[in-house]
Amino acid sequence: MDYFLQQLINGVTLGGIYALIALGYTMVYGIIQLINFAHGEFFAAGGYIGVIFITWLSAQGLHPYVCLGLSLLLSMLYCALLAMAVEKVAYKPLRYASRLSVLLSALGMSIFLQNGLMLTQGVYDKPYPTDLTQGGFAMGGVVVSYMQIIILVLTTVLLIGLNAMVFKTRIGKAMRATAQDKVMSGLVGINSSTVISFTFAIGAALAAAAGIMVGFYYGSVNYTMGFVPGIKAFAAAVLGGIGNITGAMVGGLIIGMVEIFAAGYLSSEYKDVFAFIILIAVLYFMPTGIMGENVDDTRV
Amino acid sequence: MGWFFLILWPLLGIRADGLFFAQTFSIWIKVVAACAIVLVLAQLHRAGRLEWVSRPVQALGSKVQAAYAVSPKWLLATIMLALAVAYPFLTSRYGQDVAINVLVYICLGLGLNIVVGLCGLLDLGYIAFYGVGAYTYALLSIHYDFSFWLSLPAAGVLAAAAGCIIGYPTLRMRGDYLAIVTLGFGEIVRLILNNWMSLTNGPNGILGIKAPGAWVPDFARGLSLEHVWLTRPKELYFVILGLAVFTILAVYRLNYSRIGRAWEAIREDETAAELMGVNTFLLKLLSYAMGAVFGGLAGAFFAAKMRFVSPESFTFLESAMVLAMVVLGGLGSIPGVILGVLALIALPEVFREFEMYRMLVFGGAMTLMMVVKPRGLWPAKRFGKRSEEE
Repeated sequence: MDYFLQQLINGVTLGGIYALIALGYTMVYGIIQLINFAHGEFFAAGGYIGVIFITWLSAQGLHPYVCLGLSLLLSMLYCALLAMAVEKVAYKPLRYASRLSVLLSALGMSIFLQNGLMLTQGVYDKPYPTDLTQGGFAMGGVVVSYMQIIILVLTTVLLIGLNAMVFKTRIGKAMRATAQDKVMSGLVGINSSTVISFTFAIGAALAAAAGIMVGFYYGSVNYTMGFVPGIKAFAAAVLGGIGNITGAMVGGLIIGMVEIFAAGYLSSEYKDVFAFIILIAVLYFMPTGIMGENVDDTRV
Repeated sequence: MGWFFLILWPLLGIRADGLFFAQTFSIWIKVVAACAIVLVLAQLHRAGRLEWVSRPVQALGSKVQAAYAVSPKWLLATIMLALAVAYPFLTSRYGQDVAINVLVYICLGLGLNIVVGLCGLLDLGYIAFYGVGAYTYALLSIHYDFSFWLSLPAAGVLAAAAGCIIGYPTLRMRGDYLAIVTLGFGEIVRLILNNWMSLTNGPNGILGIKAPGAWVPDFARGLSLEHVWLTRPKELYFVILGLAVFTILAVYRLNYSRIGRAWEAIREDETAAELMGVNTFLLKLLSYAMGAVFGGLAGAFFAAKMRFVSPESFTFLESAMVLAMVVLGGLGSIPGVILGVLALIALPEVFREFEMYRMLVFGGAMTLMMVVKPRGLWPAKRFGKRSEEE
């Protein structure tokens, strides 16, 4: 039982991280029907920027939690800009081209960014400082580390913030309108170009936050780290119904749980395979996902 | 647009250990310089300042293509083949190694071209078939002592079976879902190769695979046949040359057959093709299987050449590289794919000191090509407007 509860907590932590990445995929897909292959690279870049600033700021003698907060903000900002730049350079000129060419362009960007990271940051794992997140407390036989609490709280805050932004603000309304009908929303005065840019920025900022959390969770970042979590997060987005924000959150949690429980009870070597199998099974049997793909109000 | 490139780069200039600049800056500045040159060229081109270069080049290009179109195919084929046969006698061991690589990738590129170029299905897990072929020969050679030539068809058949297994559940999906699912399948194959210790020896790989053998007439002892192992690059070159020629001929014949036309109809408009009586599901499955066959053959050769296989050789990056070649050369065009392979394998060999930047350039070139010239260096003749308009 304790083992089960422990795994449950681990699963929720990991699931929250996947949910954050999945949101970027789902929002971008909802608005321009593109699988943004470079999204995993925003996530990796976020992790790197995070470790760079945390190391630098704590060397300046700031309080660890101030460091964490500042580098989280900086890294989110940086990745948002990066995503906007990528969108302008690689996707915008292809807005009316065939789907295949946009996908290939996205794939090219992903390879480009990944190798850019490798060349400049080196091929070795970059360790995250551990003093910030050490310790935890035990409830019965279950150990909850402070790091997990930080991750859970941050994830919750970000998800609530995103929901508020999408459903309560003007720009959120514009995003939903553009996702529904680009021409019509253009006619009522919404600049679709700005909205698309903004969507990329938001998605990448969430991915950057996830990158930092993964850095803390596993203790290090690596230039290839965007690839496998990227596919898993995409699986989460598909599972929840692509284009559906609530769906992406639920899907992320499910994928995280499945991975942790599969690793804990079945086989840790094949844990990645389970996420891929879910992806394939969902696409085959239930291509609109569990929350539905075309619920207009939630489609962004 | 230019200033956006500046945003791409701050990441590249910093390193974590106390904001350490010097070492990464040298890399960063090279990339920036290359991007700047490309951008400036693009701007000049747009402003029409480059006409003194681009016009003669374009004229030359169209002349070459016109000459290619009018000259008899058998003549071209003979010249190319003669050059290819003469090549190993004129070059060193290093040159032969590069040529072997080029030919392997020609097989892979043309196989992928069937799926992506002719049928219009984006397959991101293509390297899995290469892996299946390589492991088929490796296991048959180690456990059952099969010869290379017997394993070759077996590798092709198994790869085709793998293609059907992967293709069957995925082909009912939309285009971009297909891409991500094939990617997932490619990773599953690699993870299985990596973790099934009893069969594949996991990440350690399989050692001691036999090279291809051949019977050569031995005149010293009368007219008897002597068995030799083809291990030198020169000999391996002829093996892969034979495979590549077979692949080129097969893809050429397929392309201009009823099946090839049906594939292209599916690529241009699946609904219309179905209405015209094309069995789209079966033909898509066939394109998967056919593409996989050539991947499998190339894989068997790869195992025989390296005499060692490990899951490391079949990563997603490898898939992406083959795809980059096909895209760069021109989707659906056989000379285009060959040109693409030459551009991405042979050119980096010339600029050896920039080897680190190889994948970076691949990725950049892929995006650039899609933005600037989505139909590739040597576009296919039969490529409708439909698939580009969406």
